[in-house]
Amino acid sequence: MKYTLAVLVENKPGVLTHISGLISRRAYNIESIAASYTEEADTTRITIDVEVDDKLQLEQVVNQLSKLIDVIKIINLTHIDSIHRELALIKVKARPETRSDIVDIVEIFRAKIVDVNRETMVIELTGEESKINALCEVLMDYGIIEIVRTGKIALSRGPIAAKNM
Amino acid sequence: MEFLGADVIIESLKKEGAEVVFGYPGGAVLPLYDALYRMKFPHVLARHEQGAVHAADGYARATGKVGVCIATSGPGATNLITGIATAYMDSVPLVAITGQVGVSLIGKDSFQEADVRGITTPITKHNYLVKKIQDLPRVIKEAFYIARSGRPGPVVIDISKDVFNDKIDYKYPEDVKLRGYSPVFAGDEATIELVVEKMRQAKKPLFFVGGGVNISDTSDLLRKITELTGFPVISSLMGLGCISSSDADNLGMVGMHGTYAANMATIECDLLLGVGVRFDDRVTGLVKDFAPRAQVVHFDIDPAEINKNIIADIRVVGDLRWSLPLLYEKAADYDCQEWRKNIDPWLVTVCDWKRQKPLGYKCSDEVIMPQLVIETVSQLTNGDAVIVTDVGQHQMWTAQYYQFLNQRSFLTSGGLGTMGYGLPAAIGAQLGLPEKTVVLFTGDGSIMMNCQEMATAANNNVAVKIIVMNNQVLGMVSQWQRMFYEERYSHTCLKGRTDFVKLAEAMGVTGLRVTKPSELQATLAEAFRIEGPVLVDVWLPDAEDVLPMVPANCRLDQMVLGG
Repeated sequence: MKYTLAVLVENKPGVLTHISGLISRRAYNIESIAASYTEEADTTRITIDVEVDDKLQLEQVVNQLSKLIDVIKIINLTHIDSIHRELALIKVKARPETRSDIVDIVEIFRAKIVDVNRETMVIELTGEESKINALCEVLMDYGIIEIVRTGKIALSRGPIAAKNM
Repeated sequence: MEFLGADVIIESLKKEGAEVVFGYPGGAVLPLYDALYRMKFPHVLARHEQGAVHAADGYARATGKVGVCIATSGPGATNLITGIATAYMDSVPLVAITGQVGVSLIGKDSFQEADVRGITTPITKHNYLVKKIQDLPRVIKEAFYIARSGRPGPVVIDISKDVFNDKIDYKYPEDVKLRGYSPVFAGDEATIELVVEKMRQAKKPLFFVGGGVNISDTSDLLRKITELTGFPVISSLMGLGCISSSDADNLGMVGMHGTYAANMATIECDLLLGVGVRFDDRVTGLVKDFAPRAQVVHFDIDPAEINKNIIADIRVVGDLRWSLPLLYEKAADYDCQEWRKNIDPWLVTVCDWKRQKPLGYKCSDEVIMPQLVIETVSQLTNGDAVIVTDVGQHQMWTAQYYQFLNQRSFLTSGGLGTMGYGLPAAIGAQLGLPEKTVVLFTGDGSIMMNCQEMATAANNNVAVKIIVMNNQVLGMVSQWQRMFYEERYSHTCLKGRTDFVKLAEAMGVTGLRVTKPSELQATLAEAFRIEGPVLVDVWLPDAEDVLPMVPANCRLDQMVLGG
């Protein structure tokens, strides 16, 4: 089963290494990881998607991560009503005769065209993993040159911040 | 007042109560060694950085204080790795200070540069790289706090050479502020009540004590509880000494080389109270069949230990110094005579197991039996010595046959199983407890892995008694080859021309040898009479097995018995 964890950590060099090192050493399965600064300068927020067999294994992941001195708090967002987003940039072949078709697709997906030249376009899309997968699949017919995707980030709905949960 | 970075370290060590550091100098720590010299701080020069870190570990285990060691950058630091990992696996409070190359040289593959923080991340409780002197006092304060609090463990402080030479207006911080670290002390009191309820209902209860009891110095409390309840006790390797070996209720060590009674009791019990244990695979045997009839209660300070190897029915997360007094208090509210009636048949059963199949071996007039060596030393020291071992057959025989009386009296590398741990650890223990007799049981394999530390013992007149259980083989590996590899003794024969008596004497340690059972007692007694460090080379037969033995992936009651 897949779980989404929001991990608040000290914004110090080496923290991400500590976390990724622990995850690989304990042989947990990480599907995605994304880290960045937060509204507090000294805190980094890491969103981790972890694939585990059962609740017991999830508890182990959380407990082991919590032991790291620089980990301040871990919140399990899986069962909390929350927004999950990834960002993808897709470079696709776009000749004059296919360009308008691609523009239509982009509109349907509410994506954005962020670069156009004589032969290609770059499309930016944020959304859940499945939506990005769907767009990629449609664009395959036109010839995808390269894709870059971020790890997932997640934020709960409602007024309460993760650090106060 | 302005202080050099190197002097800040020494001042801070004093503030943390460090009495002695173990180390080895080198380029990157020259300024720190200069400060040691100028400020006359006690330092023991090991003969290898691995010796320094194991000595700090032995000091810490014996005294309960934080052990401190120092090594230079690059190879100095990497030589600490085995010792840091050893301390990590056994939850030993340790601060390892390593020099790092100058700030501008970091990351350039400079001379004697190694990424110490990267290398030590998986084997430390925490680690630091200090590149600015402003961070130094805080980091040292945090390092000691983290090492000794909660579940103890090693902390590495890697310090750039520039920081030693830089100056700062020094003030040692009073408090530690760590948002992500607040070790639990008190847990949920209601769980203790639940445990007492289970204890009252149990017909076949069993206490299982581990290293956590030694670390938290709670063996007295535990004894009070076992005396109150009458429940029998088994111990992990790391828990030995918590309950006196001679106690009638003590069934001895459990696991791969556990006693018949301890292993059978684990299979048959209906309530297993694990106290400061982590259900290591050497304890559980086939993990799915461990304590198959029991409800498991797990007392531990580290929430990550709960449900890691064995699923606990009740978890008591908290410091044993919180949970055990509370357990005693709540249990004492009840009429224990009443519960004792419940468990009487169980006590008869475990006593029968203990009586019918005690540990045993075939005595001999021809050759010195290894078990006899341990028993003889046990008698000569009245169980009151600090016993240190290396790793292998001699380690298991010591665990089985030495009659321990006190907590913190058995120092051994349990988790990592580090050959070469023993001699330096014994030196550290002796320096921490100068009044105590410190005995090292080692093997002819293990002793060679840090034999250079005999020079450290001799030069500092550290009076450790080194008993080399010399069977001319790597005993434990050859035992497995005998049992599971059809006697193909691949590279386990050590028969050669090494003369341990001469080796000892070459380094300034008195060397004795004993080859006949009739001379064993007298030779060992002489070793204890002689002042200063002594090595006794004890010649043993080469094909003696450590028994009982539960083969890998077998249930605890599927033992190969001996005797």
